[in-house]
Amino acid sequence: MENTELHTINKDESVISITGLYKSFDDVQVLDGIDFTLLKGENFAILGKSGSGKSVLIKIIVGLLKPDKGEVIVLGQQVDKLNRKELDALRIRVGFSFQSSALYDSMNVYQNLAFPLTMNYRDLSKKEVGNAVEEVLESVGLKEKLYQMPSDLSGGQRKRVGIARMLILKPEIMLFDEPTAGLDPITSNEIIELINEVKKQNNASSLIITHDLTCAKNTGDRIAMLFEGKFLKAGTFKDVFAMDNEHIKGFYNYNFIQ
Amino acid sequence: MDNSNNKKLLFSKGIDNAFISVSKAFRFTALFFKEAFKRPFHLREIFNQCFEIGIKALPLITLTGFVVGMVFTKQSRPSLEEFGATSWLPSLMGIAIVRALGALVTALICAGKVGSGIGAELGSMNVTEQIDAMEVSAINPFKYLVVTRVTATTITIPVLALYCSFLGLLGAYVNVHSVEAISIVTFCQNAFSSIRFLDIFSSLFKSIVYGFTIGIVGCYMGYNATQGTRGVGKAANRAVVLSIFLIFIEEIVIVQVTNWIRYF
Repeated sequence: MENTELHTINKDESVISITGLYKSFDDVQVLDGIDFTLLKGENFAILGKSGSGKSVLIKIIVGLLKPDKGEVIVLGQQVDKLNRKELDALRIRVGFSFQSSALYDSMNVYQNLAFPLTMNYRDLSKKEVGNAVEEVLESVGLKEKLYQMPSDLSGGQRKRVGIARMLILKPEIMLFDEPTAGLDPITSNEIIELINEVKKQNNASSLIITHDLTCAKNTGDRIAMLFEGKFLKAGTFKDVFAMDNEHIKGFYNYNFIQ
Repeated sequence: MDNSNNKKLLFSKGIDNAFISVSKAFRFTALFFKEAFKRPFHLREIFNQCFEIGIKALPLITLTGFVVGMVFTKQSRPSLEEFGATSWLPSLMGIAIVRALGALVTALICAGKVGSGIGAELGSMNVTEQIDAMEVSAINPFKYLVVTRVTATTITIPVLALYCSFLGLLGAYVNVHSVEAISIVTFCQNAFSSIRFLDIFSSLFKSIVYGFTIGIVGCYMGYNATQGTRGVGKAANRAVVLSIFLIFIEEIVIVQVTNWIRYF
């Protein structure tokens, strides 16, 4: 395992720090000793094929899953040691964009965006909520879709609304789970541009989980390749794909052919 | 030998799973009581859910309540006629509807209509990661989805049961009136003459228990749904089957306890 780049980082600058992370389901070892650090203001992309443990990793970071072993520190707090109240306080500072967008299908776009805001900041006036929703929707270029239902939106538009819902709480860390999965190349590029743009606007750190090389290359300041629960290599895109490893080469060639 | 060992292993796993399921269901119910009395109470969502449940079940309860009252009266008349006791018909209907039919018919309709709806809705939210989306937005989904729905069914189903009883008695009156010239006042006086406070209290208590059962079973099944759309269908189906099964058990227990109190 060549992930020395992941350890030579000043921990004071880190917003996420993971050490010796293990997770298994029944007899399947999904994460097998993961170590990495996400720096403040950095975009870090984790590449890997389906079933390599990417989504499990991101779910452990937000406390949706508990690790079997290891330390997960997010914004200075060990996630698996937090109680419900502390975890909720942390989750406001960590945004999560789902692969499926996970929009509330009984609510329209406005309600989807207003919901996390009104539930977490109960003293906000209707006008303040409305302004925040419009502002965030404008930043993802969907202001005209305010009162549409999720079922009336295209896949790309749903992704954008999902990202807008994440942004409305003004997170310090943004976690993207397969942001370009299931999208055509043009829409994928739009989402990639959006990820870079919102990162700049919000001055936040991003962790992007993807199997899409183009997405990882264009969004990640650093990338890491996850294979069978372990990082094969981490560094810049060039460093990682310059490595002579059959899995990395195979992944590159597969994506290239695709 | 291997085959026999495999069977033993499967049997043992089955027993383990059954105990695990029961323990999970108890923990789920305990969590409801833990969360129900904590702020925030999401009163608006509880109100919305009450409205939703009422609207969903009202037409069917209106029809069923009226028809049950009418048919039950029609079927009882020949037996009472044999003993020349048709004048007891209003009393008999009053006892049957208030003590048993109103609450039970409402519960069975709501188990099918409301319980399956809750199971399917939460199941669908679960498999499409909407529940996880609430979690990561620092919203307690258990409190927002489960506590509100269970509270709403616990409040609304007794009200619907009362309405169903009223319509059942109305149906009975229509049938009695079509044969005998009896005023509604006399019918009501006769119908309520044999009803005691314990009957009304036990019926109301039963409806509350049924409402809670329908809500908690629907939510439990939906909240724990897996396997995509197939799992959603299963959750809805299991919510109905288990609710009805538990309602019948509760009916037997409550009737037995009420009878002990009555004759004590």
